[in-house]
Amino acid sequence: MSQAANAAAGEAVGQKIKIAIDPVTRVEGHLKIEVEVKDGKVVDAKCYGGMFRGFEQILKGRDPRDSSQIVQRICGVCPTAHCTASVMAQDDAFGVKVTSNGRITRNLIFGANYLQSHILHFYHLAALDYVKGPDVSPFVPRYDNADLLTDRIKDPAKAGATNAFGLNQYLKALEMRRICHEMVAMFGGRMPHVQGMVVGGATQIPTAEKLAQYAVRFKEVQKFVTEEYLPLVYTLGAVYTDLFETGVGWKNVIAFGVFPQDDEYTTFLLKPGVYIDGKDEEFDPKLVKEYVGHSFFDQSTVGGLHYSQGETNPNPDKSGAYSFIKSPRYKDKPCEVGPLARMWVENPELSPVGQKMLKNLYGIEATKFRDLGDKAFSIMGRHVARAEETWLTAVGIEKWLKQVQPGAETYVKAEIPEEAEGTGFTEAPRGALLHYLKIKGKKIDNYQVVSATLWNANPMDDMGQRGPIEQALIGVPVPDIKNPVNVGRLIRSYDP
Amino acid sequence: MSLSRREFVKLCSAGVAGLGISQIFHPGILHAMSEGAKKAPVIWIQGQGCTGCSVSLLNAVHPRIKEILLDVISLEFHPTVMASEGEIAVEHMYEIAEKFHGSFFLLVEGAIPTAKEGRYCIVGETKDSLGHHREITMMELVRDLAPKSLATVGIGTCSAYGGIPAAAGNVTGAKSVRDFFAEENIDKLLVNVPGCPPHPDWMVGTLVAAWSHVLNPKEHPLPELDENGRPLLFFGDNIHENCPYIHLYDNSEFAETFTRPGCKAELGCKGPSTMADCYKRRWNNGINWCVENAVCIGCVEPDFPDGKSPFYVAE
Repeated sequence: MSQAANAAAGEAVGQKIKIAIDPVTRVEGHLKIEVEVKDGKVVDAKCYGGMFRGFEQILKGRDPRDSSQIVQRICGVCPTAHCTASVMAQDDAFGVKVTSNGRITRNLIFGANYLQSHILHFYHLAALDYVKGPDVSPFVPRYDNADLLTDRIKDPAKAGATNAFGLNQYLKALEMRRICHEMVAMFGGRMPHVQGMVVGGATQIPTAEKLAQYAVRFKEVQKFVTEEYLPLVYTLGAVYTDLFETGVGWKNVIAFGVFPQDDEYTTFLLKPGVYIDGKDEEFDPKLVKEYVGHSFFDQSTVGGLHYSQGETNPNPDKSGAYSFIKSPRYKDKPCEVGPLARMWVENPELSPVGQKMLKNLYGIEATKFRDLGDKAFSIMGRHVARAEETWLTAVGIEKWLKQVQPGAETYVKAEIPEEAEGTGFTEAPRGALLHYLKIKGKKIDNYQVVSATLWNANPMDDMGQRGPIEQALIGVPVPDIKNPVNVGRLIRSYDP
Repeated sequence: MSLSRREFVKLCSAGVAGLGISQIFHPGILHAMSEGAKKAPVIWIQGQGCTGCSVSLLNAVHPRIKEILLDVISLEFHPTVMASEGEIAVEHMYEIAEKFHGSFFLLVEGAIPTAKEGRYCIVGETKDSLGHHREITMMELVRDLAPKSLATVGIGTCSAYGGIPAAAGNVTGAKSVRDFFAEENIDKLLVNVPGCPPHPDWMVGTLVAAWSHVLNPKEHPLPELDENGRPLLFFGDNIHENCPYIHLYDNSEFAETFTRPGCKAELGCKGPSTMADCYKRRWNNGINWCVENAVCIGCVEPDFPDGKSPFYVAE
């Protein structure tokens, strides 16, 4: 049913109106959302993942070392995350211990892409939900009633100035994210799709000269994050305070931990952990299962499968299914992943900018992330988490730049084992990511990827529980059925 | 238009250190384009891909991506970039295809899955004649738009040759635009800009060259293509033969591991079977390139990835 027809047919109180947004744009990949709206609010939601390539089947039978290249092509925005998960799974399977300098070099490559990904997400994927672009493609067409800054701020002069500032930032951020990619390429070889991370470490030993080139770029980006990105997010949030009350979801989060700080991988910049039903727990990999009840996959047995038993048998004809995304669950519960999850689990001190702006603009006394309370579980809360995490990643990079040893070995040679298995747990910028690898006869026997998009954008599971984004859509205000702007805003706040 | 084809070819193929292809178009072609306000209308669609080609395009330098977006092309449809979504975006796309019938560029990123009537990639939905909503497959979209385009460009190796979605083991019937055209008898000028991802200069350079040709065919003949549909300007040189480390190969000085000095041939470098100008163009504003960092995996070649795999074993 079309949005226009819906509006004409069903403005009446108590009537349910179905809206489909397909494609959901400014996300990586192919996504469709269908919501039912009643009395101006979403009452039901379905998240459709519309594309399947079959990496798990394509990887089978290959040289295990090829996996770190092939899996990067899952996502051109976060290839470094898939590469990290793959090389960690291989390190585990091959039984190789990476040197300190190898670990730190990997952090420098991956960390630079965290900065890139978060900046790209906020400015180039999300911001056009708030900032009015120039009246040329690709900034037009847009919704008639888009609830932009220019609509929200009543004083036209102030509205114009604020919007112009936002637009200028959009363009400046294009430069910043490009510079971040130069940092990735410094030791990664090129970006997208790095060569620099392999089983056993990193392929290029940082020299003093290359580190200096990395550092000078880093300083520019760090300055942008601290002085422009963070303040802009808090300023935007103060205009859209209602979006701090929208999109709570299941309020269960999971994080696998990222950026190891020691060679035994016991401490991380952002630690692993789980928060379910209001309680903190240690993360236990055994409790992860994937369900396919409403996904286009057949399975040899009924119920959820642990990734080590994972199967990938696509069947687009399966009745009752509506997505190519499987439904991962932890302790059979849907869990949100991403910056909000990581920041909630880690609960670090907020940036000085954040603490000051929360006090001045919102009257909130907050020193740590959890001081945001329920406001964190919202559209704006997710943007705040991402911006604060960008700042925190920069703090990490500053530290790694001091720890890295110019000229020290970053690579340890390792042989392909005859038979082995390994798992790599990390965090893509968009959320928890694990790769599972099983080797037989020196070839890949099984490869399973449980990515962030699977965690957040999955369909209803066998138990009838909605996926995290589906659940977070419930209650989202859609006051104007022809312009369902808050639906897109909610989806993009996850960076799915 | 102030650049002759000879100058264009000369400048494109000149190995000037730190000079990107697109820098060359400043101030000549680029200026002419923005002056005349004749921006090339572009519809960019995505099939089975990773968005890496789009992200790589954002890394353009001289001209920067903002100049490309505001001055060079009119990006009418791009799922990752455009402000609009859903029905508004899809309707706009079809309107543009009619309005610029025969004069827009169709840029295809990602492969086209053909198994199961194309249902492995749904790109959006539209209304049928009765007003019912109907899913659009990537197959249907290419079938519909390509014949209306001025030219179709296969952006990236998935689109140009099938790439990773079409690798051994896939069940989706993933096809390149070239193979899809052949199967569907679509007769349309097709230019391939492979790479996983392609260098931004290859994408911008090819588009600008093609658009210059449209604006002034006498001054700007179309760039020559090789048998795989790639512009020779960028894909005319063998990486190994032009490698800055070729002397190490000639002296049989081979690296034992990634971090030791020497030619990377024995670590699996696919430079000898790869045609591209990475050796002089380098990546990310000249910061680095694959062979300096590790090995070439031959990502611009029609036989990538299967013919280049295993990546870390010598050819």
